[in-house]
Amino acid sequence: MRDDDENLKDANHSSESPGVSRRDFLKISGISVAVPLVAGPKMVMAAGQQVPVYGPGKVPMEFAINGKNHKADLEPRVTLLDALRDQFELTGAKRVCDRAECGACTVLMDNKPVYACSVLAIEAQHRPITTVESLIEGGNLHPVQRAFVENDASQCGFCTPGFVVSCKAFLDSHPHPTPEDIRRGLSGNLCRCGTYEGIRKAIAQVAQKGA
Amino acid sequence: MRPFEYLSPNTRTQAISLLGSTWGSSEILAGGTDLLALMKDDILAPKRLINIKDIKDLRGVSSDPQGIRLGALTTLGDLADDESVKKNYPALAEALGEAASPQIRNLATLGGNLCQRPRCWYFRNGLGLLPIDEAGKELVSEGENRYHAILGNEGPAKFVSPSTIVPILVAYGAKIRLQGLNGKRELPLERFYVTPKKEGEREHDLRPNEMVTEVMVPAATNVKAAHYEIRQKAAFDWPLALAGVALKMRDSKVESARIVLGYVAPVPWPSPEAEKALVGQPINKETAQKAAAAALANAKPLSHNAYKVKLARVAVTRAIMKAASGGAA
Repeated sequence: MRDDDENLKDANHSSESPGVSRRDFLKISGISVAVPLVAGPKMVMAAGQQVPVYGPGKVPMEFAINGKNHKADLEPRVTLLDALRDQFELTGAKRVCDRAECGACTVLMDNKPVYACSVLAIEAQHRPITTVESLIEGGNLHPVQRAFVENDASQCGFCTPGFVVSCKAFLDSHPHPTPEDIRRGLSGNLCRCGTYEGIRKAIAQVAQKGA
Repeated sequence: MRPFEYLSPNTRTQAISLLGSTWGSSEILAGGTDLLALMKDDILAPKRLINIKDIKDLRGVSSDPQGIRLGALTTLGDLADDESVKKNYPALAEALGEAASPQIRNLATLGGNLCQRPRCWYFRNGLGLLPIDEAGKELVSEGENRYHAILGNEGPAKFVSPSTIVPILVAYGAKIRLQGLNGKRELPLERFYVTPKKEGEREHDLRPNEMVTEVMVPAATNVKAAHYEIRQKAAFDWPLALAGVALKMRDSKVESARIVLGYVAPVPWPSPEAEKALVGQPINKETAQKAAAAALANAKPLSHNAYKVKLARVAVTRAIMKAASGGAA
């Protein structure tokens, strides 16, 4: 299919474009060839304004994950889930369906549960991300995690991190849930072992304790 | 996913001028819950994604006595929780709250929901919207079709329109607003959906360099409305059939009715036959069933989906009864 970009002009061709001009580049590189130059993103004109174009190659990115700053050079096509697991060694969120169908990759973004497989890393930059790894504090399990243990709420355990994050988010927004609220509120996570009954009991227990 | 360029314009006009004038070169990224799955499956391979989440005036809800404006970038979760939506359009709030799962509702946007591509498994497997084999035989008619269309399926399109919130929006009389290089236009929401006749045609009246900006729903005072979905699972499942109903009553009789079926045809399916059967009648089980029978009178099931005719009849009957009883579940 034709790449139809009549409206776009590569701003690097303009003598007025900000950033490093060819002449400046030659000057700088002549002075100090050892200093690597990180070029800014390419710019295109859109409705009279310059808009940066990121990718398709690697782009420097910054993330706020579990209250810490993380940096990585990633292509725009990398999902938040793959960035967490492959770049930052946060492997709690699991890659199972990779299609927003199973819930094993659930993390919090802006304090709301989302599927990390269905968010691009580039669009998750600078938005607070919370993963299951942050729930243990000082070696102590989060009340939801403790309730999972006490209610035998996992079997093979592969869905458990996603469920724990979903349960935490659900209880934060529904401190006094009915059994029906619990069933609906956790409908976005699947467990092939069928541990739903234990999970529902765990949630009800935490809600009752008011933790 | 194939590599692509990523741009985040701040205004509508920037975004529109960055979109190509043919399909395939660029795609709008809003919630991404449908788009990224299509890209992972190589159904779509845009060279460029235009992220519109930095365009602030596409987000949010505002209302006045004439009705309510729903920004295209508002998430389904935020819309479902919006106080004015819950108070004035309870059937819409219910449909929104039942869509997909909490995690998806936190990402998915209204505009994306209206523009999502059909869930037809032939399409999702890369065989196209109107799949045929080498001999030109229609794959859907010849093969598995238990979730396909029972109405409006005379042509090559056999998929069902995928949005679960469009039927109730159409019943409420919603209009969709679009913006493109040539300016803005507004059309009744049902007219946004078209049945493609040739492979390559889209199922939306959306040009490649246009975007959905908002949905306007007229005031619904004195409207009794209901949404009723039939699914295999109680939650997080595509419906087998659904109906959205909006009734205006005079005394105890129906003055006007909008009855719209979903998951039965390649487009959301308003049923003037059912509406005609109901106007002037009191609401009871018998009149509701007659209207539902009228809605499905022209159904032409495929080889595996005759069961959907009955389910769709039940969905219409129950939606009418639910609307009449105040819309309570």
